[in-house]
Amino acid sequence: MASDAPLIAVDSLSRSYRMGPHRVKALDGVTLRVERGEFVAVMGPSGSGKSTFMNLLGCLDRPDSGRYALDGEEVGRLSSDALAVVRNRRIGFVFQSFNLLPRQTAQANVELPMLYAGVAHAARAEKALAALAAVGLDGRAHHRPTQLSGGQQQRVAIARALVNDPVLLLADEPTGALDTATSLEIMALFQRLNRAGITVVLVTHEPDVARFARRVLSFRDGHLVDDRAQVPEEALA
Amino acid sequence: MTALDALRSALDSLRASPLRSALTMLGIVIGVAAVIAMVAVGAGARDQVMRQIASLGTNLVMVGQGSVVRSGVKLGAGTAATLTEDDATAILNDIPAVTVTAPSVRWGLQIVAGNQNWGTVMFGITPDYMEARDWSIVQGRGISDQDVTQAEKVVVLGQTVVRSLFGGGDPVGEQVRVFATPLTVVGVLGEKGQNTQGQDQDDVIFLPLSTAKRNIPGMAKSNPRFIHSVVVKTHDGADQDEAQAQIRELLRQRHRLIDGQDDDFWMRNLSEVAATRDASSRALSFLLAAVAAVSLLVGGIGIMNIMLVSVTERTREIGLRLAIGARRRDILMQFLIESTTLSLIGAAVGVVTGIGTAMVVAGLAGWPTLIRLDSVVLAVVVSGLVGVFFGLYPARRASRLNPIEALRHE
Repeated sequence: MASDAPLIAVDSLSRSYRMGPHRVKALDGVTLRVERGEFVAVMGPSGSGKSTFMNLLGCLDRPDSGRYALDGEEVGRLSSDALAVVRNRRIGFVFQSFNLLPRQTAQANVELPMLYAGVAHAARAEKALAALAAVGLDGRAHHRPTQLSGGQQQRVAIARALVNDPVLLLADEPTGALDTATSLEIMALFQRLNRAGITVVLVTHEPDVARFARRVLSFRDGHLVDDRAQVPEEALA
Repeated sequence: MTALDALRSALDSLRASPLRSALTMLGIVIGVAAVIAMVAVGAGARDQVMRQIASLGTNLVMVGQGSVVRSGVKLGAGTAATLTEDDATAILNDIPAVTVTAPSVRWGLQIVAGNQNWGTVMFGITPDYMEARDWSIVQGRGISDQDVTQAEKVVVLGQTVVRSLFGGGDPVGEQVRVFATPLTVVGVLGEKGQNTQGQDQDDVIFLPLSTAKRNIPGMAKSNPRFIHSVVVKTHDGADQDEAQAQIRELLRQRHRLIDGQDDDFWMRNLSEVAATRDASSRALSFLLAAVAAVSLLVGGIGIMNIMLVSVTERTREIGLRLAIGARRRDILMQFLIESTTLSLIGAAVGVVTGIGTAMVVAGLAGWPTLIRLDSVVLAVVVSGLVGVFFGLYPARRASRLNPIEALRHE
């Protein structure tokens, strides 16, 4: 793990899918760097390749060609078990629909990634409670998702993403299922986490959400068409 | 993910739909209960048969009067009238393995006591017969040597006869009649119960051999030495087959049978009877166990069915678990442990139900049952294997899901 390497180094990354007789190039030769501590918004209309890019960054998928190094380690050619370990230790996922286990408490949901990391029982509880406190949910550890509001549920999901101390937080339309006020709260949380040192890559099609990022990548037809830094607005809440 | 964590999460998801889990287990419960109860019934029946055979004595050879062939027609057993008391003596004297020979005649007749009468089977015997067939005396005495030499008019009654004629009262010293002959009851036999054919062995009376021949009409008068059968007892550990071959050779010689001529007697070895009976009850046990095994199989298919439904329903959960770092084998283990937990809980309930059923059958139907530990262990192990085997396909399906598609699944 070379700490002087960029956190994300992507070179000529391509991925195509078979659609009936055709091969569709969902991502075509994307090259970019993301440094530690950045807050990046990935934008583009549906079909632009931003989801494919996200899946590749998240090690959920492998590229057809090109290179992808995460935190200095080449991950584009790893086996599926090795990718699972990378996802578990280095990446935290936040989804539009939260994806919490409905019958488990908030604490049990947050503990889930540690189960696969082999963390001992007592340490799990301690870290889970700390992660819940970090997202402002102390006192809700024993609530089930159905007993929590949408915003609270997304906070639980963020706590779950943070609990294994990842180097990268990947969020896929994290405010897509939330109202405006709650969305602002969640964006404020992301900004706070980013200021504390976590690299955030956030996929969205809403300019309203992208304005809180410090860098905006725009995708169209599988190509990276725009890469621009901006002064973020403060969500603050 | 440790096994304990996996087990905890399996129990959680089974608790999520208790009714479904219970119904899924039902197949295994019934299968295991059926295995245990049916093996118990089969083993009980076998045990009873073996005990009956042991009660007959296993080192016995029965030699009986054969049939006569007249003009190509084989008459029934006992028509030849060539077997004699002297044959019995010769067997005892000439064959080293033989320790006792007990000649007897047998006749169905009516016995009268006061105003009661009862149809039973009379055996004319010597004291050796009582010993060879392990008859005990519970009241009075048995047939003695003196009774035989003096042709005393005495009789020993079986339990069933005592019940029928004397209503269970003490018959010793009472007078009874067979045909026109008055006899004094001198003893009562111990109870033997049913034989392997289900006949009542206690419905019997014993007379001295000489008395029977002299006083029962219809006994072959042409040959006063004539008998119906001889019970031959060999010493423990003697080679039964060899002894039987020697007896056969001796009798053929004595009866002057030439080569090619059929035996005019029959021989039966009780261990042969035992083997046949044992084989048939073994076949019964096997059949019962096979039926039970089929129901276990059906239970397994039920588990597979529900696990497939569960995998489909929980596609998003599987996608999430894969995304946050579960390896394929973690998912495989999770679903395997779930299906095995289902089948093992089912098996535990089945063991209790099976033992209960066997007890109820023993109590209500009066069948002997014998709960065998090996059947319990086997049923539980097989259920575990059923859980693994039928859980494997759904679990593989779950573990091979593509995380991206699984997360998008509605």
